[in-house]
Amino acid sequence: MISVRNLSKHYDETIAVNDITFEVKQGEILGFLGPNGAGKTTTMKILTCFMPPTAGSVTVDGMDVMDHSLAVRRKIGYLPEQNPLYHDMIVLDYLRFVAELRGIPADQQNARIKRMVEVTGLKAVLGKPIGELSKGYRQRVGLAQAMVHNPEILILDEPTSGLDPNQIVEIRHLIQELGKEKTVILSTHILSEVQATCNRAIIINQGKVVADGSLHDLQAAFHGQEKITLEVKAPKNGCLEKLRALPGAQQVRELTSSNDLRRFQIEVEKGHDLREGVFDLSVREGWKLLELTRQSTSLEDVFRQLTKG
Amino acid sequence: MRNILSIYKKELRSYFNSAVAYIVITVFLLIAGWFFSSQFFLMGQATVRTVFAIIPWIFIVFVPAITMRTIAEEKKTGTIELLVTMPTRDLDIVLGKFLAALTLLGIAIAFTLAYALTAGMLGNLDTGATFAGYVGLILLGAAFLAIGLFASSMTENQIVALIIGVVIIFALFILDWVTIFLPGPLASIFEFLSLNYHFNSIARGVIDSRDVIYYLSMTGFALALSVRALESRKW
Repeated sequence: MISVRNLSKHYDETIAVNDITFEVKQGEILGFLGPNGAGKTTTMKILTCFMPPTAGSVTVDGMDVMDHSLAVRRKIGYLPEQNPLYHDMIVLDYLRFVAELRGIPADQQNARIKRMVEVTGLKAVLGKPIGELSKGYRQRVGLAQAMVHNPEILILDEPTSGLDPNQIVEIRHLIQELGKEKTVILSTHILSEVQATCNRAIIINQGKVVADGSLHDLQAAFHGQEKITLEVKAPKNGCLEKLRALPGAQQVRELTSSNDLRRFQIEVEKGHDLREGVFDLSVREGWKLLELTRQSTSLEDVFRQLTKG
Repeated sequence: MRNILSIYKKELRSYFNSAVAYIVITVFLLIAGWFFSSQFFLMGQATVRTVFAIIPWIFIVFVPAITMRTIAEEKKTGTIELLVTMPTRDLDIVLGKFLAALTLLGIAIAFTLAYALTAGMLGNLDTGATFAGYVGLILLGAAFLAIGLFASSMTENQIVALIIGVVIIFALFILDWVTIFLPGPLASIFEFLSLNYHFNSIARGVIDSRDVIYYLSMTGFALALSVRALESRKW
Protein backbone atom coordinates (compact mmCIF):
# COMPACT_ATOMS: atom_id res chain seq x y z
CA MET A 1 0.00 0.00 0.00
CA ILE A 2 2.68 2.48 1.04
CA SER A 3 6.22 1.94 -0.02
CA VAL A 4 9.08 4.12 1.15
CA ARG A 5 12.39 3.63 -0.61
CA ASN A 6 15.73 5.08 0.39
CA LEU A 7 14.05 8.19 1.63
CA SER A 8 16.27 11.06 2.75
CA LYS A 9 15.51 14.59 3.77
CA HIS A 10 18.07 17.26 4.48
CA TYR A 11 17.36 20.66 5.97
CA ASP A 12 20.32 22.78 5.02
CA GLU A 13 23.08 21.13 7.04
CA THR A 14 21.04 18.80 9.22
CA ILE A 15 19.97 15.41 7.99
CA ALA A 16 16.48 14.75 9.32
CA VAL A 17 15.86 11.47 7.55
CA ASN A 18 18.70 9.35 6.33
CA ASP A 19 18.00 6.64 3.77
CA ILE A 20 15.03 4.86 5.28
CA THR A 21 13.10 2.09 3.56
CA PHE A 22 9.92 0.37 4.67
CA GLU A 23 6.60 -0.91 3.43
CA VAL A 24 3.17 -0.64 4.97
CA LYS A 25 0.51 -3.15 4.05
CA GLN A 26 -3.19 -2.51 3.91
CA GLY A 27 -4.94 -2.85 7.26
CA GLU A 28 -1.80 -2.45 9.30
CA ILE A 29 -1.59 -0.15 12.27
CA LEU A 30 2.00 0.93 12.21
CA GLY A 31 3.57 2.62 15.19
CA PHE A 32 6.30 5.02 14.25
CA LEU A 33 8.56 5.23 17.26
CA GLY A 34 11.53 7.32 18.00
CA PRO A 35 12.93 9.88 20.38
CA ASN A 36 12.19 13.54 19.75
CA GLY A 37 13.88 14.76 16.61
CA ALA A 38 14.37 11.28 15.18
CA GLY A 39 12.68 12.15 11.89
CA LYS A 40 9.16 10.86 12.49
CA THR A 41 7.38 14.10 11.66
CA THR A 42 9.58 14.76 8.65
CA THR A 43 8.78 11.33 7.23
CA MET A 44 5.08 11.95 7.75
CA LYS A 45 5.26 15.33 6.08
CA ILE A 46 6.75 13.68 3.03
CA LEU A 47 4.14 10.91 3.04
CA THR A 48 1.37 13.49 3.07
CA CYS A 49 2.90 15.44 0.17
CA PHE A 50 3.59 18.49 2.32
CA MET A 51 7.18 18.58 1.21
CA PRO A 52 9.32 16.61 -1.16
CA PRO A 53 12.14 14.30 -0.16
CA THR A 54 15.74 15.24 -0.86
CA ALA A 55 16.32 11.76 -2.24
CA GLY A 56 14.42 8.51 -2.55
CA SER A 57 10.77 7.96 -3.28
CA VAL A 58 7.46 7.31 -1.62
CA THR A 59 4.66 5.59 -3.46
CA VAL A 60 1.10 5.09 -2.31
CA ASP A 61 -0.80 2.43 -4.20
CA GLY A 62 1.91 2.61 -6.79
CA MET A 63 1.58 6.37 -7.24
CA ASP A 64 4.53 8.59 -6.46
CA VAL A 65 3.80 11.33 -3.92
CA MET A 66 5.51 13.91 -6.09
CA ASP A 67 4.15 12.97 -9.50
CA HIS A 68 0.58 12.15 -8.46
CA SER A 69 0.34 14.43 -5.49
CA LEU A 70 -3.36 15.22 -5.78
CA ALA A 71 -4.38 11.59 -6.23
CA VAL A 72 -2.27 10.52 -3.26
CA ARG A 73 -3.61 13.32 -1.09
CA ARG A 74 -7.17 12.15 -1.81
CA LYS A 75 -6.41 8.79 -0.23
CA ILE A 76 -4.88 10.19 2.93
CA GLY A 77 -6.32 11.64 6.11
CA TYR A 78 -3.76 13.59 8.07
CA LEU A 79 -3.54 14.83 11.61
CA PRO A 80 -0.41 16.99 11.76
CA GLU A 81 1.72 17.43 14.82
CA GLN A 82 0.31 20.09 17.17
CA ASN A 83 -3.09 19.63 15.52
CA PRO A 84 -3.42 23.03 13.85
CA LEU A 85 -6.98 24.34 13.63
CA TYR A 86 -8.76 27.58 12.76
CA HIS A 87 -9.59 28.86 16.21
CA ASP A 88 -12.15 31.38 15.04
CA MET A 89 -14.23 28.78 13.21
CA ILE A 90 -17.26 26.96 14.57
CA VAL A 91 -16.68 23.19 14.77
CA LEU A 92 -19.49 22.38 12.35
CA ASP A 93 -18.38 25.02 9.85
CA TYR A 94 -14.86 23.69 10.02
CA LEU A 95 -15.90 20.10 9.38
CA ARG A 96 -18.04 21.25 6.48
CA PHE A 97 -15.12 23.25 5.07
CA VAL A 98 -12.84 20.22 5.24
CA ALA A 99 -15.55 17.98 3.76
CA GLU A 100 -15.87 20.36 0.81
CA LEU A 101 -12.13 20.55 0.23
CA ARG A 102 -11.90 16.79 0.52
CA GLY A 103 -14.29 16.59 -2.40
CA ILE A 104 -17.15 14.80 -0.68
CA PRO A 105 -20.26 15.23 -2.88
CA ALA A 106 -22.61 17.85 -1.42
CA ASP A 107 -25.43 15.37 -0.80
CA GLN A 108 -23.18 13.11 1.26
CA GLN A 109 -21.46 15.78 3.33
CA ASN A 110 -24.03 15.95 6.09
CA ALA A 111 -24.13 12.19 6.51
CA ARG A 112 -20.34 11.96 6.68
CA ILE A 113 -20.07 14.82 9.15
CA LYS A 114 -22.80 13.30 11.27
CA ARG A 115 -20.99 9.99 11.32
CA MET A 116 -17.72 11.66 12.36
CA VAL A 117 -19.46 13.61 15.10
CA GLU A 118 -20.85 10.33 16.45
CA VAL A 119 -17.54 8.53 16.28
CA THR A 120 -15.52 11.29 17.90
CA GLY A 121 -18.17 12.44 20.36
CA LEU A 122 -18.28 16.06 19.24
CA LYS A 123 -22.01 16.56 19.44
CA ALA A 124 -21.93 18.74 22.55
CA VAL A 125 -19.50 21.27 21.05
CA LEU A 126 -20.66 21.44 17.41
CA GLY A 127 -21.77 25.06 17.67
CA LYS A 128 -18.75 26.33 19.56
CA PRO A 129 -15.73 28.13 18.16
CA ILE A 130 -12.75 25.78 18.07
CA GLY A 131 -10.67 28.25 20.08
CA GLU A 132 -12.94 27.77 23.06
CA LEU A 133 -12.60 24.00 23.16
CA SER A 134 -10.46 22.03 25.58
CA LYS A 135 -7.41 20.30 24.23
CA GLY A 136 -9.14 16.93 24.24
CA TYR A 137 -12.01 18.22 22.15
CA ARG A 138 -9.63 19.93 19.75
CA GLN A 139 -7.83 16.66 19.27
CA ARG A 140 -11.14 15.04 18.45
CA VAL A 141 -11.89 17.77 15.94
CA GLY A 142 -8.49 17.05 14.41
CA LEU A 143 -9.29 13.36 14.17
CA ALA A 144 -12.77 14.02 12.76
CA GLN A 145 -11.16 16.26 10.18
CA ALA A 146 -8.66 13.55 9.24
CA MET A 147 -11.34 10.91 8.78
CA VAL A 148 -14.26 12.83 7.34
CA HIS A 149 -13.67 11.62 3.79
CA ASN A 150 -13.26 8.01 4.90
CA PRO A 151 -9.65 7.81 3.68
CA GLU A 152 -7.89 4.54 3.04
CA ILE A 153 -4.83 5.76 4.87
CA LEU A 154 -4.68 7.66 8.11
CA ILE A 155 -1.49 9.42 9.11
CA LEU A 156 -1.59 10.62 12.69
CA ASP A 157 1.31 12.55 14.16
CA GLU A 158 1.18 12.08 17.93
CA PRO A 159 -2.58 11.65 18.08
CA THR A 160 -2.85 11.46 21.87
CA SER A 161 -0.45 14.20 22.89
CA GLY A 162 -1.94 16.48 25.51
CA LEU A 163 -4.92 14.31 26.30
CA ASP A 164 -5.90 13.11 29.74
CA PRO A 165 -5.71 9.38 30.50
CA ASN A 166 -9.40 8.76 29.84
CA GLN A 167 -9.26 10.52 26.51
CA ILE A 168 -6.11 8.65 25.58
CA VAL A 169 -7.88 5.34 26.14
CA GLU A 170 -10.81 6.55 24.04
CA ILE A 171 -8.66 7.75 21.17
CA ARG A 172 -6.63 4.54 21.16
CA HIS A 173 -9.81 2.56 21.07
CA LEU A 174 -10.98 4.69 18.17
CA ILE A 175 -7.74 4.14 16.29
CA GLN A 176 -7.98 0.39 16.81
CA GLU A 177 -11.52 0.40 15.50
CA LEU A 178 -10.42 2.33 12.43
CA GLY A 179 -7.44 0.08 11.93
CA LYS A 180 -9.72 -2.82 11.17
CA GLU A 181 -10.42 -1.47 7.71
CA LYS A 182 -7.83 1.25 7.19
CA THR A 183 -4.12 1.56 7.07
CA VAL A 184 -2.95 3.67 9.97
CA ILE A 185 0.47 5.14 10.61
CA LEU A 186 0.80 6.84 13.93
CA SER A 187 3.87 8.41 15.40
CA THR A 188 4.58 8.65 19.04
CA HIS A 189 7.34 8.62 21.56
CA ILE A 190 5.08 6.96 24.10
CA LEU A 191 5.79 3.25 24.05
CA SER A 192 2.68 2.08 25.80
CA GLU A 193 0.73 3.70 22.99
CA VAL A 194 2.32 1.41 20.46
CA GLN A 195 1.76 -1.58 22.69
CA ALA A 196 -1.87 -0.65 23.12
CA THR A 197 -2.78 0.11 19.52
CA CYS A 198 -0.30 -1.08 16.94
CA ASN A 199 0.40 -4.42 15.40
CA ARG A 200 3.73 -3.36 14.00
CA ALA A 201 6.38 -0.89 15.01
CA ILE A 202 9.21 0.88 13.28
CA ILE A 203 11.77 2.44 15.54
CA ILE A 204 13.79 5.22 14.04
CA ASN A 205 16.68 7.06 15.55
CA GLN A 206 18.69 9.92 14.08
CA GLY A 207 16.92 9.54 10.78
CA LYS A 208 17.55 5.83 10.39
CA VAL A 209 15.34 2.79 10.84
CA VAL A 210 16.86 0.79 13.68
CA ALA A 211 14.13 -1.81 14.07
CA ASP A 212 11.10 -2.89 12.08
CA GLY A 213 8.72 -5.70 12.89
CA SER A 214 5.70 -6.87 14.82
CA LEU A 215 5.78 -6.08 18.51
CA HIS A 216 6.25 -9.74 19.26
CA ASP A 217 9.19 -10.03 16.87
CA LEU A 218 10.84 -6.95 18.23
CA GLN A 219 10.65 -8.19 21.76
CA ALA A 220 11.80 -11.64 20.74
CA ALA A 221 14.73 -10.26 18.79
CA PHE A 222 16.04 -8.56 21.86
CA HIS A 223 15.37 -11.49 24.11
CA GLY A 224 18.01 -12.83 26.46
CA GLN A 225 17.64 -9.83 28.61
CA GLU A 226 15.19 -11.63 30.84
CA LYS A 227 15.38 -10.70 34.46
CA ILE A 228 14.10 -12.21 37.69
CA THR A 229 13.41 -10.16 40.75
CA LEU A 230 13.01 -11.94 44.06
CA GLU A 231 12.54 -10.99 47.63
CA VAL A 232 13.46 -13.44 50.37
CA LYS A 233 13.60 -13.56 54.11
CA ALA A 234 17.03 -15.08 54.67
CA PRO A 235 20.12 -14.75 56.81
CA LYS A 236 22.68 -12.30 55.58
CA ASN A 237 25.49 -14.56 54.56
CA GLY A 238 25.79 -16.71 51.53
CA CYS A 239 22.66 -15.69 49.61
CA LEU A 240 24.48 -13.98 46.81
CA GLU A 241 26.93 -16.81 46.25
CA LYS A 242 24.24 -19.45 46.26
CA LEU A 243 22.15 -17.54 43.76
CA ARG A 244 25.17 -17.03 41.53
CA ALA A 245 25.75 -20.75 41.57
CA LEU A 246 22.38 -21.43 39.98
CA PRO A 247 22.72 -22.69 36.41
CA GLY A 248 21.66 -19.97 33.97
CA ALA A 249 22.19 -17.05 36.30
CA GLN A 250 24.42 -14.53 34.57
CA GLN A 251 24.55 -11.67 36.95
CA VAL A 252 23.12 -11.31 40.41
CA ARG A 253 22.71 -8.00 42.12
CA GLU A 254 21.46 -7.28 45.56
CA LEU A 255 18.98 -4.44 45.24
CA THR A 256 18.06 -3.76 48.84
CA SER A 257 18.52 -5.43 52.16
CA SER A 258 17.05 -4.52 55.47
CA ASN A 259 17.29 -6.75 58.55
CA ASP A 260 16.63 -10.14 57.01
CA LEU A 261 14.65 -8.98 53.96
CA ARG A 262 16.63 -8.94 50.74
CA ARG A 263 15.81 -8.20 47.13
CA PHE A 264 17.86 -9.58 44.32
CA GLN A 265 17.83 -9.12 40.60
CA ILE A 266 19.13 -11.90 38.44
CA GLU A 267 19.87 -11.56 34.75
CA VAL A 268 19.05 -14.85 33.12
CA GLU A 269 20.89 -16.51 30.30
CA LYS A 270 18.88 -17.02 27.12
CA GLY A 271 16.69 -20.11 27.15
CA HIS A 272 16.74 -20.71 30.89
CA ASP A 273 13.85 -20.39 33.25
CA LEU A 274 15.32 -19.77 36.63
CA ARG A 275 12.18 -19.55 38.68
CA GLU A 276 12.01 -23.20 39.56
CA GLY A 277 15.66 -23.23 40.56
CA VAL A 278 15.18 -20.24 42.80
CA PHE A 279 12.22 -21.86 44.45
CA ASP A 280 14.05 -25.15 45.08
CA LEU A 281 17.04 -23.27 46.44
CA SER A 282 14.87 -21.36 48.85
CA VAL A 283 13.25 -24.55 50.07
CA ARG A 284 16.63 -26.21 50.55
CA GLU A 285 18.10 -23.28 52.43
CA GLY A 286 14.99 -22.58 54.43
CA TRP A 287 14.54 -19.05 52.97
CA LYS A 288 11.07 -17.63 52.91
CA LEU A 289 10.32 -16.61 49.37
CA LEU A 290 8.13 -13.51 49.46
CA GLU A 291 8.21 -12.41 45.86
CA LEU A 292 9.33 -13.86 42.58
CA THR A 293 8.71 -12.08 39.29
CA ARG A 294 10.01 -12.57 35.81
CA GLN A 295 10.37 -9.57 33.50
CA SER A 296 10.77 -10.29 29.86
CA THR A 297 12.29 -7.56 27.74
CA SER A 298 9.77 -4.78 27.40
CA LEU A 299 9.43 -2.66 24.32
CA GLU A 300 10.83 0.04 26.50
CA ASP A 301 14.07 -1.87 26.92
CA VAL A 302 14.27 -2.49 23.20
CA PHE A 303 13.65 1.15 22.53
CA ARG A 304 16.21 2.37 25.00
CA GLN A 305 18.80 -0.04 23.75
CA LEU A 306 18.32 1.05 20.17
CA THR A 307 18.09 4.76 20.59
CA LYS A 308 20.46 5.69 23.36
CA GLY A 309 23.79 7.28 22.66
CA MET B 1 -13.20 25.55 -9.08
CA ARG B 2 -15.11 23.99 -6.21
CA ASN B 3 -12.05 24.28 -4.00
CA ILE B 4 -11.67 27.96 -4.84
CA LEU B 5 -15.28 28.47 -3.82
CA SER B 6 -14.86 26.57 -0.53
CA ILE B 7 -11.83 28.62 0.42
CA TYR B 8 -13.51 31.81 -0.76
CA LYS B 9 -16.55 31.17 1.44
CA LYS B 10 -14.43 30.28 4.44
CA GLU B 11 -12.26 33.39 4.08
CA LEU B 12 -15.18 35.70 3.58
CA ARG B 13 -16.91 34.24 6.62
CA SER B 14 -13.79 34.76 8.68
CA TYR B 15 -13.64 38.44 7.60
CA PHE B 16 -17.22 39.01 8.67
CA ASN B 17 -17.17 36.80 11.77
CA SER B 18 -14.24 38.70 13.14
CA ALA B 19 -14.15 42.46 13.46
CA VAL B 20 -11.82 42.79 10.46
CA ALA B 21 -14.47 43.49 7.83
CA TYR B 22 -16.39 46.02 9.91
CA ILE B 23 -13.31 47.90 11.03
CA VAL B 24 -11.90 48.04 7.51
CA ILE B 25 -15.16 49.27 5.99
CA THR B 26 -15.91 51.78 8.74
CA VAL B 27 -12.50 53.37 8.92
CA PHE B 28 -12.20 53.43 5.14
CA LEU B 29 -15.54 55.20 4.78
CA LEU B 30 -14.72 57.64 7.56
CA ILE B 31 -11.51 58.75 5.93
CA ALA B 32 -12.85 58.77 2.40
CA GLY B 33 -16.02 60.55 3.58
CA TRP B 34 -14.07 63.22 5.36
CA PHE B 35 -12.02 63.98 2.27
CA PHE B 36 -15.12 63.97 0.10
CA SER B 37 -17.23 66.28 2.26
CA SER B 38 -14.46 68.68 3.19
CA GLN B 39 -13.54 69.27 -0.46
CA PHE B 40 -16.91 68.87 -2.12
CA PHE B 41 -18.57 72.04 -0.86
CA LEU B 42 -15.44 74.15 -1.25
CA MET B 43 -15.08 73.32 -4.90
CA GLY B 44 -18.71 73.76 -5.76
CA GLN B 45 -18.54 71.10 -8.42
CA ALA B 46 -20.60 67.92 -8.68
CA THR B 47 -17.66 65.56 -8.93
CA VAL B 48 -16.15 62.70 -7.01
CA ARG B 49 -12.70 63.27 -8.48
CA THR B 50 -11.36 64.28 -5.08
CA VAL B 51 -12.45 60.96 -3.62
CA PHE B 52 -10.82 59.06 -6.43
CA ALA B 53 -7.65 61.03 -5.86
CA ILE B 54 -7.48 60.15 -2.19
CA ILE B 55 -8.71 56.52 -2.16
CA PRO B 56 -5.53 55.03 -3.67
CA TRP B 57 -3.57 56.62 -0.83
CA ILE B 58 -5.91 55.08 1.72
CA PHE B 59 -5.56 51.76 -0.07
CA ILE B 60 -1.79 51.80 0.29
CA VAL B 61 -2.22 51.09 4.00
CA PHE B 62 -5.65 49.50 4.01
CA VAL B 63 -5.23 46.83 1.42
CA PRO B 64 -2.14 45.22 3.01
CA ALA B 65 -4.03 45.40 6.31
CA ILE B 66 -6.80 43.30 4.77
CA THR B 67 -4.43 40.76 3.28
CA MET B 68 -1.75 40.60 5.98
CA ARG B 69 -3.26 37.67 7.83
CA THR B 70 -4.39 35.62 4.82
CA ILE B 71 -1.38 33.35 4.49
CA ALA B 72 0.92 34.57 7.27
CA GLU B 73 -1.49 33.43 9.94
CA GLU B 74 -1.94 30.02 8.37
CA LYS B 75 1.81 29.64 8.41
CA LYS B 76 2.06 30.74 12.00
CA THR B 77 -0.66 28.44 13.35
CA GLY B 78 0.35 25.57 11.09
CA THR B 79 -3.04 25.28 9.41
CA ILE B 80 -1.27 25.79 6.09
CA GLU B 81 0.02 22.24 6.46
CA LEU B 82 -3.52 20.91 6.53
CA LEU B 83 -4.63 23.15 3.72
CA VAL B 84 -1.86 22.16 1.32
CA THR B 85 -2.18 18.45 2.11
CA MET B 86 -5.84 18.53 1.08
CA PRO B 87 -6.45 17.66 -2.54
CA THR B 88 -6.31 21.32 -3.54
CA ARG B 89 -3.82 23.07 -5.74
CA ASP B 90 -1.81 25.88 -4.19
CA LEU B 91 -3.24 28.15 -6.91
CA ASP B 92 -6.79 27.41 -5.70
CA ILE B 93 -5.84 28.44 -2.18
CA VAL B 94 -4.33 31.73 -3.36
CA LEU B 95 -7.24 32.48 -5.70
CA GLY B 96 -9.85 31.72 -3.06
CA LYS B 97 -8.18 34.04 -0.60
CA PHE B 98 -7.67 36.73 -3.24
CA LEU B 99 -11.28 36.69 -4.37
CA ALA B 100 -12.55 36.87 -0.78
CA ALA B 101 -10.36 39.90 -0.08
CA LEU B 102 -11.47 41.46 -3.37
CA THR B 103 -15.09 40.99 -2.34
CA LEU B 104 -14.47 42.76 0.96
CA LEU B 105 -12.73 45.60 -0.83
CA GLY B 106 -15.53 45.70 -3.40
CA ILE B 107 -18.08 46.12 -0.61
CA ALA B 108 -16.05 48.95 0.90
CA ILE B 109 -15.83 50.64 -2.53
CA ALA B 110 -19.54 50.10 -3.16
CA PHE B 111 -20.36 52.14 -0.06
CA THR B 112 -18.64 55.15 -1.61
CA LEU B 113 -21.33 55.13 -4.27
CA ALA B 114 -23.20 57.18 -1.66
CA TYR B 115 -20.83 60.05 -2.42
CA ALA B 116 -21.44 59.75 -6.12
CA LEU B 117 -25.21 59.70 -5.58
CA THR B 118 -24.97 62.74 -3.31
CA ALA B 119 -22.99 64.59 -5.94
CA GLY B 120 -25.44 63.46 -8.60
CA MET B 121 -28.38 64.84 -6.66
CA LEU B 122 -26.75 68.21 -6.08
CA GLY B 123 -25.47 68.78 -9.55
CA ASN B 124 -24.62 67.33 -12.91
CA LEU B 125 -22.38 64.34 -12.26
CA ASP B 126 -20.11 63.17 -15.04
CA THR B 127 -21.34 59.59 -14.99
CA GLY B 128 -18.83 58.39 -17.56
CA ALA B 129 -15.84 59.60 -15.59
CA THR B 130 -17.33 58.31 -12.36
CA PHE B 131 -17.91 54.88 -13.85
CA ALA B 132 -14.36 54.83 -15.19
CA GLY B 133 -13.10 55.89 -11.78
CA TYR B 134 -14.82 52.94 -10.15
CA VAL B 135 -13.44 50.53 -12.72
CA GLY B 136 -10.02 52.02 -12.03
CA LEU B 137 -10.45 51.62 -8.28
CA ILE B 138 -11.40 47.96 -8.59
CA LEU B 139 -8.45 47.27 -10.91
CA LEU B 140 -6.05 49.18 -8.70
CA GLY B 141 -7.45 47.50 -5.59
CA ALA B 142 -7.05 44.06 -7.17
CA ALA B 143 -3.40 44.74 -7.94
CA PHE B 144 -2.81 46.05 -4.40
CA LEU B 145 -4.53 42.99 -2.93
CA ALA B 146 -2.44 40.61 -4.98
CA ILE B 147 0.74 42.35 -3.84
CA GLY B 148 -0.50 42.29 -0.24
CA LEU B 149 -1.23 38.59 -0.55
CA PHE B 150 2.26 38.01 -1.85
CA ALA B 151 3.69 39.90 1.13
CA SER B 152 1.62 37.71 3.44
CA SER B 153 2.86 34.56 1.77
CA MET B 154 6.48 35.43 2.45
CA THR B 155 6.35 35.54 6.23
CA GLU B 156 4.51 34.10 9.16
CA ASN B 157 4.39 37.42 10.94
CA GLN B 158 1.37 39.56 10.12
CA ILE B 159 3.05 42.83 11.02
CA VAL B 160 5.98 42.01 8.77
CA ALA B 161 3.48 41.13 6.04
CA LEU B 162 1.78 44.49 6.49
CA ILE B 163 5.04 46.40 6.32
CA ILE B 164 6.36 44.51 3.29
CA GLY B 165 3.02 45.02 1.56
CA VAL B 166 2.90 48.75 2.24
CA VAL B 167 6.50 49.21 1.15
CA ILE B 168 6.13 47.32 -2.15
CA ILE B 169 2.84 49.01 -3.01
CA PHE B 170 4.10 52.45 -2.05
CA ALA B 171 7.27 51.98 -4.08
CA LEU B 172 5.33 50.85 -7.15
CA PHE B 173 2.78 53.58 -6.64
CA ILE B 174 5.19 56.52 -6.61
CA LEU B 175 7.42 55.10 -9.32
CA ASP B 176 6.33 57.82 -11.75
CA TRP B 177 7.48 60.57 -9.36
CA VAL B 178 11.11 59.85 -9.91
CA THR B 179 10.86 60.02 -13.69
CA ILE B 180 12.10 63.61 -13.81
CA PHE B 181 15.47 62.41 -12.54
CA LEU B 182 15.81 59.72 -15.14
CA PRO B 183 16.87 59.69 -18.78
CA GLY B 184 14.05 59.43 -21.32
CA PRO B 185 13.76 55.70 -22.10
CA LEU B 186 14.17 54.69 -18.45
CA ALA B 187 11.65 57.31 -17.41
CA SER B 188 8.96 55.90 -19.64
CA ILE B 189 9.59 52.39 -18.31
CA PHE B 190 9.25 53.64 -14.74
CA GLU B 191 6.17 55.55 -15.68
CA PHE B 192 4.64 52.50 -17.27
CA LEU B 193 5.35 50.37 -14.20
CA SER B 194 3.81 52.87 -11.83
CA LEU B 195 0.53 51.86 -10.22
CA ASN B 196 -0.41 55.53 -9.93
CA TYR B 197 0.18 56.54 -13.53
CA HIS B 198 -2.33 54.06 -14.92
CA PHE B 199 -4.91 54.95 -12.32
CA ASN B 200 -4.66 58.64 -13.17
CA SER B 201 -5.32 57.97 -16.79
CA ILE B 202 -8.37 55.83 -16.01
CA ALA B 203 -9.69 58.33 -13.46
CA ARG B 204 -9.67 60.99 -16.17
CA GLY B 205 -12.49 58.96 -17.69
CA VAL B 206 -10.63 57.02 -20.35
CA ILE B 207 -10.59 53.26 -19.91
CA ASP B 208 -7.62 52.39 -22.06
CA SER B 209 -7.00 48.70 -22.69
CA ARG B 210 -3.30 49.26 -21.92
CA ASP B 211 -4.15 50.36 -18.40
CA VAL B 212 -6.55 47.48 -17.90
CA ILE B 213 -3.98 45.00 -19.15
CA TYR B 214 -1.36 46.58 -16.92
CA TYR B 215 -3.44 46.08 -13.78
CA LEU B 216 -4.55 42.59 -14.73
CA SER B 217 -1.00 41.49 -15.45
CA MET B 218 0.28 43.13 -12.26
CA THR B 219 -2.39 41.22 -10.34
CA GLY B 220 -1.64 37.98 -12.11
CA PHE B 221 2.09 38.38 -11.59
CA ALA B 222 1.73 39.04 -7.86
CA LEU B 223 -0.64 36.09 -7.48
CA ALA B 224 1.79 33.85 -9.33
CA LEU B 225 4.54 35.00 -6.96
CA SER B 226 2.28 34.17 -4.00
CA VAL B 227 1.79 30.66 -5.33
CA ARG B 228 5.53 30.34 -5.74
CA ALA B 229 6.09 31.55 -2.18
CA LEU B 230 3.54 29.02 -0.93
CA GLU B 231 5.40 26.34 -2.83
CA SER B 232 8.67 27.41 -1.28
CA ARG B 233 8.32 24.60 1.26
CA LYS B 234 9.13 22.32 -1.64
CA TRP B 235 12.38 24.00 -2.57
